[in-house]
Amino acid sequence: MSIPKFETFTSGAVPVEVENIDTDQIIPARFLKATERKGFGDNLFRDWRYDAAGRTVATFPLNDPRYGGQILVAGRNFGCGSSREHAAWALADYGFRVVVSSFFADIFRNNALNNGLLPVRVEERFLREIFDEIRRDPQAQFTVDLDNQRFTIVSSGHSSAFEIDAYKKRCLQNGYDDVDYLRSILPQIEAYEKTHGAE
Amino acid sequence: MIMGKTLLDKIWDAHTVRIEEGGRCVLYIDRQYIHEVTSPVAFAGLERRGIGVARPAQITATADHNIPTVNQHLPIEEPESRRQVATLAANCAKYGIEHFGVGNPRQGIVHIIGPELGFTQPGMTIVCGDSHTSTHGALGAVAFGVGTSEVEMVFASQCILQTKPRTMRITVDGALRPGVEAKDVILYIISQITASGGTGHFIEFAGSTIRSLSMEGRMTVCNMSIECGARGGMIAPDEKTFDYLRGRERAPQGAAFDAAVARWRELYSDADAVFDKEYHFDASDIAPMITYGTNPGMGMAIDGTIPQTADPKALHYMDFRAGERLLGHPVDYVFVGSCTNGRIEDLRRFAQLVKGRHKADGVTAWIVPGSKGVEAQARAEGLDRILEAAGFELRQPGCSACLAMNADKIPAGKYSVSTSNRNFEGRQGPGARTMLSGISVAAAAAVTGRISDPREVFGEA
Repeated sequence: MSIPKFETFTSGAVPVEVENIDTDQIIPARFLKATERKGFGDNLFRDWRYDAAGRTVATFPLNDPRYGGQILVAGRNFGCGSSREHAAWALADYGFRVVVSSFFADIFRNNALNNGLLPVRVEERFLREIFDEIRRDPQAQFTVDLDNQRFTIVSSGHSSAFEIDAYKKRCLQNGYDDVDYLRSILPQIEAYEKTHGAE
Repeated sequence: MIMGKTLLDKIWDAHTVRIEEGGRCVLYIDRQYIHEVTSPVAFAGLERRGIGVARPAQITATADHNIPTVNQHLPIEEPESRRQVATLAANCAKYGIEHFGVGNPRQGIVHIIGPELGFTQPGMTIVCGDSHTSTHGALGAVAFGVGTSEVEMVFASQCILQTKPRTMRITVDGALRPGVEAKDVILYIISQITASGGTGHFIEFAGSTIRSLSMEGRMTVCNMSIECGARGGMIAPDEKTFDYLRGRERAPQGAAFDAAVARWRELYSDADAVFDKEYHFDASDIAPMITYGTNPGMGMAIDGTIPQTADPKALHYMDFRAGERLLGHPVDYVFVGSCTNGRIEDLRRFAQLVKGRHKADGVTAWIVPGSKGVEAQARAEGLDRILEAAGFELRQPGCSACLAMNADKIPAGKYSVSTSNRNFEGRQGPGARTMLSGISVAAAAAVTGRISDPREVFGEA
C-alpha cells in the first residue's frame, strides 16, 4: 500500500492567523465516531466554520471565497492537544497537502507525514511575510519544493528552507508507507525479540 | 569520558531495533493499549493489506471514550457510538486481543486500568492512540500517544518509527503547602513553561516534591505532560512504585516479581547525565490552581488575577477580562473524573471534603470513577454513601465530560470546573467554558456554587 507521491507544486494558500490551534478545533471530538476513514473534511474546523445554528461563518478564511489552494498557513504551535489522526485526515480530505506554521506539535507532525500531508516549519518572521503577502494579494501563489526542501513566495521570490528527516522525505517522494517498511524488516524485529527477552 | 545516561536514554536505547538514515528509530513496543475511537481505521488497514496482528498478547483493549456513564447495562443509545464500541469488540475477537468491554469488571479508562491491573511496568515502552498515554510514565515507563497510522504499525510489526525526543528534566523541591495537590503542581508547571514549552522533549519529573507524591499523584502529573507539548513524562521508579505493583493481577508474581524489582532498580538517570533542558521549581510557590483561558497553560493561583497579557481571543470565549479575579464567579457544572483525576485517591479526597456538606443548588455535578475497579473500591469504602448524603451521585466509568463524546456534555455558555486535562474551546461540548482544577478546587466549587478557595472553604486540610 502506498500514500500519494509528493511532487513540487504551486498553489494559493488559506490563512488562519491563530496560534495554538489544537486538534479539538481542527476536528471536534463529536465527529470522531466513524469507523472508516472518509468524510472528515466536511467537519474540518467545524465550530469555527459554522455557528451553533449551523450557519456558515462568512469571516472564517475557509469560507472566504478570496482564498483557495492546497496550502494552509497557520499560527505557531499548530496541532497541539489530542493525538487524533482524524485532524490530519480532515485536512487532507478537505484538499490541503501542506500546512505552514512556525511551530508544530509533535504528534500532529507525525500524523501529517504518515498521511502525505507535509508540515512546513518556517521562522516566525517568514511566516509573518507569508501572512502579509496573502493580505496584499489573497490569490498569492506559493511553491512547495520537497526535493530541495524550499518554500517560496512566488511574487517576491523570497524563500525559506524547511527540515524533514531523510527517511520521511524518501517516503513522501516515493509514496512509501511505514507499515510496508516495518513488515519488510520483520526478521530483524524477531531477532531483536529473541536477544532482548521481550514479552 | 562516557557521559551518563538519562532514564529515557536507558529505556529508549534498549528498545531500539535499528536506526534509519536521518535518525528515525525502529522502536520496539512492549505493550500497546487500544480503545474504540482510534483503532477501527488501523484494523481496517490490516484488512486491506491482508495481514494480521503480529503480537496480540502484547495488546490490551478497553472501551472508554464513547460510552455512557449511567445505565451501562443497557445498549448504547447513540448509534454511531454503539457501532464504534461493537467494532472494537469484533476486531478484538477476530485478532485474539484481550478486550475489557463495557460491563467487564476490568473495564475503565485505558490509562487508569493499565497501571491498576499491573500491565504497565517500569522500563517498558508503551503506546496508545491517545495523547494521555504519558500517564504510564509515572511507573518509570517510556509511554507516549500515537496516531492511528502508528497504531497500525504496532499491530503489523510490534514496532513504530519514531525520532528520539530531546530530554528535559523538571525538578520540584520542597514541601507542598497545605491544600495543594498533584494537579496543582502540574497546572503550575504548565503555566510557567507554557502549552508548547515541552514540545520535542520527553520530560523526567524529579525532586523531593515529586518523590513525596503518591503513585496516583505521580500519574496525575505525568498525565498532563502532553499539555505542555511534551512527547511524554516519566518518573524514576522507587519503593513506592514497587509497592504499588506488588500483587497486581498482571504484574510478575513471587520470585519473578523480586527479579523484576532487581532490574527496575537500575532505572534512573545517572548522576552525570546531561539533559537538553532543565527547569527547577520550588514547591512553596505553588497554590491551588485554576485555568482562566482556552489552553492548559493559561492557569493561575485560585486567588490570583487574570494577567493583563492574557490572550484576548481566549478571554472573549470565556467571557472573562484581564485583571479580573475568578473567586466568587458562579459555576454551573463540576466534573470529577478522567484519566487525570479519576483514581481512587481522587474520589477519596473529594468525598472527604464534601462529607457533612451539601452540593450547591444550581450546580450539576458529575462524579465519574476512572474504572470498574475504582468504582468497586469506592463502593467498598462507602464513598458512594458519603457522596449521596452530600447530594452527589457516583456514576459509571468512562472518559465522560473530559471530551464529551458521550451524552455528558456541558451546554454552550455554561461554566464548568473540571478535574480533566483540557480547557480547549468546545472540549466539553460546543460553546462550553471549562476551568481546569484539582480535586479540592472542584469540591469547593461544588459545595459553594462559585469559584472558591478550598483553603477557606475546608480549612487548610
